[in-house]
Amino acid sequence: MEAMASTHLLTLDGLHVTYHTPAGEVTAVHDVSLSLPRGACVGLVGESGCGKTTVALAIMRYLGQHGRVRRGHIRFQGQDLLQLSPRQMRQLRGAQIAMVYQEPGAALNPSLTIGTQLREVLRAHQPRTRDEAARRVAQMLRDVRLVDVDRILAAYPHQLSGGQQQRIVIAMALLGQPSLLLLDEPTTALDTTIAAGITSLIQEIRRRFGTSMLYISHDLGRVMEVCERVYVMYAGRVVESGPTRLVFGSPRHPYTRGLLQALPHPGAHKHTQPLRAMPGQPPGLTPQLPGCAFAARCEALQAGTCDVIEPLLQPVGADGHLVRCHRWADLARPVTPVVTPASPPPASGGIVLQVSALRKDYPLPHQGGGRRRVVSANVAVSFMAQQGDIVALVGESGAGKSTVARIVAGLETATAGTVLWQGENLAQHPVTQRTLAQRRAIQMIFQHAHETLNPSWTVGAQIARVYTRYGLARDAQTRQRLVLEILDRVQLQRTLAQSYPYQLSGGQQQRVAIARAFAAQPALVIADEPVAALDVSVQAAVLALLLDMQRVHGTTLLFISHDLGVVRYLADTVVVLYLGQVMERGTVHEVFAPPYHPYTAALLTALPTLAPQPRPTLWDGEVPSALEPPRGCPFVTRCPHKLPGLCETTRPPSQAVTASHMIACHLPLAQCRAVFPAS
Amino acid sequence: MPGVKRGVRRMLWVCTRSWVGMLGLSLVLAWVLGGLGAPWLAPFPPQATLLPFAPPGTVSEVGTRFWLGTDHLGRDILSRLLYGARTVLLYAPLATGCAYAIGILLGLLAGYAGGWLDALLSRVSDVILAFPVLVLYVLVIATIGPSAVNIVLAITCASAPGIMRIVRGLTRELRQRDYVAAAQMRGESAGYIMLVEILPNARGPLLVDACLRLGYVIMTMGVLGFLGLGLPPPSPDWGSMINETRAMAQVFPWMPLFPCLAISSLVLGLNLLADSVQDQTRLQ
Repeated sequence: MEAMASTHLLTLDGLHVTYHTPAGEVTAVHDVSLSLPRGACVGLVGESGCGKTTVALAIMRYLGQHGRVRRGHIRFQGQDLLQLSPRQMRQLRGAQIAMVYQEPGAALNPSLTIGTQLREVLRAHQPRTRDEAARRVAQMLRDVRLVDVDRILAAYPHQLSGGQQQRIVIAMALLGQPSLLLLDEPTTALDTTIAAGITSLIQEIRRRFGTSMLYISHDLGRVMEVCERVYVMYAGRVVESGPTRLVFGSPRHPYTRGLLQALPHPGAHKHTQPLRAMPGQPPGLTPQLPGCAFAARCEALQAGTCDVIEPLLQPVGADGHLVRCHRWADLARPVTPVVTPASPPPASGGIVLQVSALRKDYPLPHQGGGRRRVVSANVAVSFMAQQGDIVALVGESGAGKSTVARIVAGLETATAGTVLWQGENLAQHPVTQRTLAQRRAIQMIFQHAHETLNPSWTVGAQIARVYTRYGLARDAQTRQRLVLEILDRVQLQRTLAQSYPYQLSGGQQQRVAIARAFAAQPALVIADEPVAALDVSVQAAVLALLLDMQRVHGTTLLFISHDLGVVRYLADTVVVLYLGQVMERGTVHEVFAPPYHPYTAALLTALPTLAPQPRPTLWDGEVPSALEPPRGCPFVTRCPHKLPGLCETTRPPSQAVTASHMIACHLPLAQCRAVFPAS
Repeated sequence: MPGVKRGVRRMLWVCTRSWVGMLGLSLVLAWVLGGLGAPWLAPFPPQATLLPFAPPGTVSEVGTRFWLGTDHLGRDILSRLLYGARTVLLYAPLATGCAYAIGILLGLLAGYAGGWLDALLSRVSDVILAFPVLVLYVLVIATIGPSAVNIVLAITCASAPGIMRIVRGLTRELRQRDYVAAAQMRGESAGYIMLVEILPNARGPLLVDACLRLGYVIMTMGVLGFLGLGLPPPSPDWGSMINETRAMAQVFPWMPLFPCLAISSLVLGLNLLADSVQDQTRLQ
């Protein structure tokens, strides 16, 4: 025990946490044991609702009035946290244990400046003079790699970007010089590139300050990068744990395998290596059934064993690799990509959508005097889509992807440029001026699963409305039949027609949204980040469905995403946007192979890989404000390859690599060939 | 509207699960039943002059008690309160309902259309809201004369701007939702989007406000009666009952006290109900 206390900063021992709900006492965390060596970073992974956050809250003793630790111990530096008085616990929080939350915006007080909030933290822990506190705070902001410290100290949270806010939250947590940092989904709410920056910051902090970390995430790629040990949680239980390379390299639990198979691997493409989605969803806070908690979703289920006896954590080999499965020995084969015979890409038809030199300006609120200022969401965006193709628009937040989508959809009108749809220019036609046939032909799937359906009406009624509007079903009986059929098509139970949206999970809501879009039998479906807010496993299932529907109906899909992994898997044609301009355009194979645009290469670098390796930091900067875009190439402020004097002042030329591949860059193509994503 | 039925059922469910909701519901229900059953429950006709200045509990000539005493004209206070509940519970919801109809309509228009229409409606409502409300009532009713219709009219005019602002705020928020964009893409009319896509999702906050506002309107009707602008005598009006007997409050305290209690208990009931409705919206 003594030896344990000296090497392990934190140990959880048989932790049981229950919540009091109207339905009675439910177990959220079931017999979780975990140890965190000093200076180590340990990952806690699993889908939403598997109890990861509850573990962190239990360590902080923040369970609220309904949560309670039923059994078990939480030892931190040799003392049992559950025995401490609230007063002692308060002293520990911040000074010894600090937590970083998922939503940086919610962790900062909107009505105080950043400087005030950071100095407050210092005052709470160690009384200091004003000057010394100010010096410490400024130094800490430099430590989290924020530039322009004076401006940030005087700023209010809403004036900063999400990435900057998260850096400040981390700085705030570090100010008390804690020995343990709990990170709860620190990058989930952020863009891929920003998330990559935060991950490398976390690794740097660990090196410099020797802070131990518990890293909670459903993003396996990020966990792979930062953690040397990982605990996979399902339904409140640790189902597999061990060194990261073993758990992810040769997973033994069907759940871990399922999570890994749901990830779009580098090199995977829809035609060669389809994603495998795990069926079902975590049970959530419901009374426990006998047997293995994962039985209901398990492919390796052995009736008579798995659904009767709850498995125990058993060792696999010597490296502390543990698995809670009856059948782990049978699941020894490594996860090899299931190579299905390459389904030939469907022959592309003619061009259905041609977007040329599209521009959208938004007027800014009048500042008085002078001429009215405008901010451009798009500057001369051009691309085209062939029938049956998936065209992906990629880029970070603020790239103007959604604006393009909304113009094509008719929710906004363009300032200039054309959107040619079946020979007609729709750029200046809002939906109200489009014909019924045009409206029917272009459908949209929206980003936020929870607000894509009207909470006041049943799922069935909302799908039925589509049939009514487009005159696809005259009488109630036909309508009813069509609704049930399309529910079958999107693999939802027919009984869900009578359900209200709040009774559905995020993945189910997005399935209904897909059903609603395809019910109109459209020629073009615009999908605006349809899976961005979903768990990895649900994401795979929704993508598979979208792909299937698209293929069967021969629909053209305009897919908008910031996730290059998903785009590489799904798309036929890729358009890379940055600050409203097209940086690179081509087929998926052309864009994801040399020659690269420096921006595409940077995006690829930011993509988490499933290989543990130090991440080379390619860039630190943020997307410049659209109010004052750079005069020359928009990417010039962050580009590692910029040509001094030229890139700052002159717009880059569009260089044609092949007939379908275009790179907008000053670098000669020969030099673009030498630009590689660093990984 | 299946949504409404479900909402009402859930509301009742929540109300009966907290003592606050139960108390509110019973207070309001007691007055509703009392008002409805006044002809059978009231021991005397409300206008009958019997025994003046009888304190509570006095036994009348016919053997029935004046449970709450009688007023200076010898009318039984309990009977007048029960009949008065009919007036209050008829005209207060009527006025609130009218105010809601207008407030919701204008609020939806202002919030959904935006632009000059929004600016115009908002400025007009600002002007009305900035005007001292009692002066407004006195002016309106003194000009067109006190009658049930005019009272409803005055209260509608004074309450609608406040409701409009709430609806406008909710609409501006809700019209950003993706399901509204989906409806626009289907080519739904503005009226359909406002009434079917937006309004049902504003019902939670509006129900809370409606309960509170109904209480406030009942209060206002009491004040109007007290100022002599209520229903013309001798109809049993709670506010008028207080007004007629306030000079005698020191000698015969029960005369104004019981009408006061009647108003407070009904308003309290509605406020408690609003509280539990708010809880139920939060649960959603």
